[in-house]
Amino acid sequence: MRGLHLIPTNIDLAFISKRKLFFVFSALLVAFSIGMFLTKGLSYGIDFKGGIMIEIRTEKPADIGDMRKTLGALDLGEVALQTFGEPTDVLIRIQRQKGDEKAQQEAVEKVKSVLGSDVEYRRTEFVGPKVSDELFWDGVLAVGLAILAILVYIWFRFEWQFGLGAVVALSHDVISTIGIFALMDLEFNLSTVAAVLTIAGYSINDTVVVFDRVRENLRKYKKMPLPELLNNSINQTLSRTVITSLTTLLALLSLYFLGGAVIRDFSFAMIWGVVIGTYSSICLAVPLLLYMKIKRSGALVGEPDQAVIDAP
Amino acid sequence: MVYFAKWKIVTVLLVCIAGLVFAAPNFVDNKTARSLPDWLPHQQVSLGLDLQGGSHLLLEVEVNAVIREQLEALVDEVRVELRKAKIRYGGLGLDGVKGVKVTIREAAKTEDARNLLRRLDITTDTSVEGETIRIALTDRAIADRRNAAMSQSVEIVRRRIDQTGTREPTIQRQGDDRILVQLPGVKDPERIKRLLGKTAKMTFRLTDDRGVNSDPSRPAPAGSHWMPASEQNSGTGRPTMYLIKKRVMVSGEDLVDSQPAFDSQSGQPVVNFRFNTRGAKKFGTATAANVNRPFAIVLDGKVISAPVIREPILGGTGQISGSFTVQEANDLSLLLRAGALPAPLVILEERSVGPGLGADSIKSGKIASVIGMVLVVLFMVIGYGRFGAMADFALIINIFLILAALSVLQATLTLPGIAGIVLTIGMAVDANVLIFERIREEVRAGRTPISAIDAGYSRALTTIIDANVTTLIAAALLYIFGSGPIRGFAVTLAIGIVTSLFTSVMLTRLIVVTWLRRSQPKELPI
Repeated sequence: MRGLHLIPTNIDLAFISKRKLFFVFSALLVAFSIGMFLTKGLSYGIDFKGGIMIEIRTEKPADIGDMRKTLGALDLGEVALQTFGEPTDVLIRIQRQKGDEKAQQEAVEKVKSVLGSDVEYRRTEFVGPKVSDELFWDGVLAVGLAILAILVYIWFRFEWQFGLGAVVALSHDVISTIGIFALMDLEFNLSTVAAVLTIAGYSINDTVVVFDRVRENLRKYKKMPLPELLNNSINQTLSRTVITSLTTLLALLSLYFLGGAVIRDFSFAMIWGVVIGTYSSICLAVPLLLYMKIKRSGALVGEPDQAVIDAP
Repeated sequence: MVYFAKWKIVTVLLVCIAGLVFAAPNFVDNKTARSLPDWLPHQQVSLGLDLQGGSHLLLEVEVNAVIREQLEALVDEVRVELRKAKIRYGGLGLDGVKGVKVTIREAAKTEDARNLLRRLDITTDTSVEGETIRIALTDRAIADRRNAAMSQSVEIVRRRIDQTGTREPTIQRQGDDRILVQLPGVKDPERIKRLLGKTAKMTFRLTDDRGVNSDPSRPAPAGSHWMPASEQNSGTGRPTMYLIKKRVMVSGEDLVDSQPAFDSQSGQPVVNFRFNTRGAKKFGTATAANVNRPFAIVLDGKVISAPVIREPILGGTGQISGSFTVQEANDLSLLLRAGALPAPLVILEERSVGPGLGADSIKSGKIASVIGMVLVVLFMVIGYGRFGAMADFALIINIFLILAALSVLQATLTLPGIAGIVLTIGMAVDANVLIFERIREEVRAGRTPISAIDAGYSRALTTIIDANVTTLIAAALLYIFGSGPIRGFAVTLAIGIVTSLFTSVMLTRLIVVTWLRRSQPKELPI
């Protein structure tokens, strides 16, 4: 049995010559994301903002209006209600209460006493101001360090030019993920940070594969013009890039649709990340190498004897 | 590369078999797994609180309260000492958060006073500045006290939780002043929080007669203070205020047992208690001297009840009858049995998941994994034919290896952890895709099947390693900075990367090479 060649064997798409188009698109995307972040802002979950989240299940489909009235009378500030997955499931979000940790805890008790014991408490989460601050800075630190560590690794394995290209692509992915979360009003919480870090890992994975091929071709074809060499490298690895992205997307789509409401936003972030990560590896990281003054001979050679065996 | 050393074949097969064996207990139910004979592995993946239901509480011990209490006691001692030595002083009080200061009115006696005060507490440093003497706890002493308060708090928290009958709780000290409590399967987290929220310092004291018919809004006379009742007065809607003597007759430390019961006459829930010998003696003497006067039972600064002493209580046992519900009587006796916390606890973070949501999460996680797996398996067969099927076989073994690793390491599987596994399913085939694409290229370059496969594996390897190390970096950072469920994600992601490297590089190569030897194809079906 022979496999189907999903991507034609001798595919030759012009990526490098269209690079300006990609750069403009990405610049707009990044600018838009930063704009969204600054004007609209992220809707932070309780992990980072502090506050209370209670998920309940009622016997009959929940009467949100009625519940809103009851909870609104408690004078707890902003109370947001939404059905969550099922019509009987309601997610209640209550803003961080004025005062210290004790005030938060009292609010939880108040809500529970009003809702009574007839409803099923599926989830009660409460994060006090101290912990939410810590979680926020830990998250920022983790993403920052991840980008730094990856930069160092790529630098160590390749050359600094590659590292820079990879990090530009990576930052593009992270920023645009934040942008899409701001645009769609999705809750930005700890899981989102986990998703962002995974996206970072995944996107760099794609980038490394293409870079590897660039490095190999640089050794093989010492005279080929750089734009052509980069374009060939992308096309040669295109089949792999596309297929791996597709298998990962298949798994993630299954998670998105079947994995339950709790994990849906997390899955969404990853799906977005796979798409944008694949795009940025091909259309940003590699074309950027054109501007980085890569040294063509000598310096990049790792194992010179293996380099020129079999030019087709 | 096409030649496989015997020991390598054996190792690969052994790892796969071990994976199957150690993953096996996860496919039977809990009871069966426990009843397996000892020589068989019987560890199952341990589920996180978000999957099995339960409560995660992060508590902060207000250790500064302990230090403060200590300093306030020191203030009292300084007062007594100086009075005894007839040294005039002023401005006696706390000096910041670490010490006490006092100004000596007679300059000549400053040095005497200093010598006197130095002996009060050997863990302090005294310094003189003009007429002001500062007594400060040494950093070492503060650290020791904080440490002691922390260990004691952990111990009391453990006792209280054990008393509620929670199975397999985790109670850990975290950092300088925090305690992490994880309670799998807890149904009523509110009760636990209520129990942990009480310091439970109990004292028995006399009430002050001067409190009768006097106005609680006016300052209390020396030696006494106003304390509210724990319950609201049904008439006024506010708690009644009692004037209580500061001096403690007996404290809760002298209690050895307390049990909930019902009063034999009224049928009301009450709490019976028993003192140790010392407590019994003190209580006996105090009650004998104060027959027909009321005394107060004070818990955390609130008066639970203020009965009148009918006769001396010499047996060392007694009964507290507030207007308790059964639950309140149970909780109070539990708190008294477990002992008082050295300092109040504050709940910084709570994450409780009910058993219903946990079960639903497991169910949907399983479905998502299986469907995701089926899709990827089909896709690989369509994309790479026979080679795809070989990669699929490796993928299935990979899942077993992940389960086995999770079981053996007793790593916690969380909902994001399941997501990590699903993601691994998608990404695990990546290494094989890289290899197969490379083999295709080598075939196109005109190589023989054997040399194409050989080159495919060896050339793809560096790329595979580079690509996976970067994901490992992300996983490591997630583990370091993440908490709870997110750590679970980092763990499964990292385990998945390592096992998929093994299956997609070692195992598929073994399968491909074996197939190559058997069928000696002229052309590769890839």
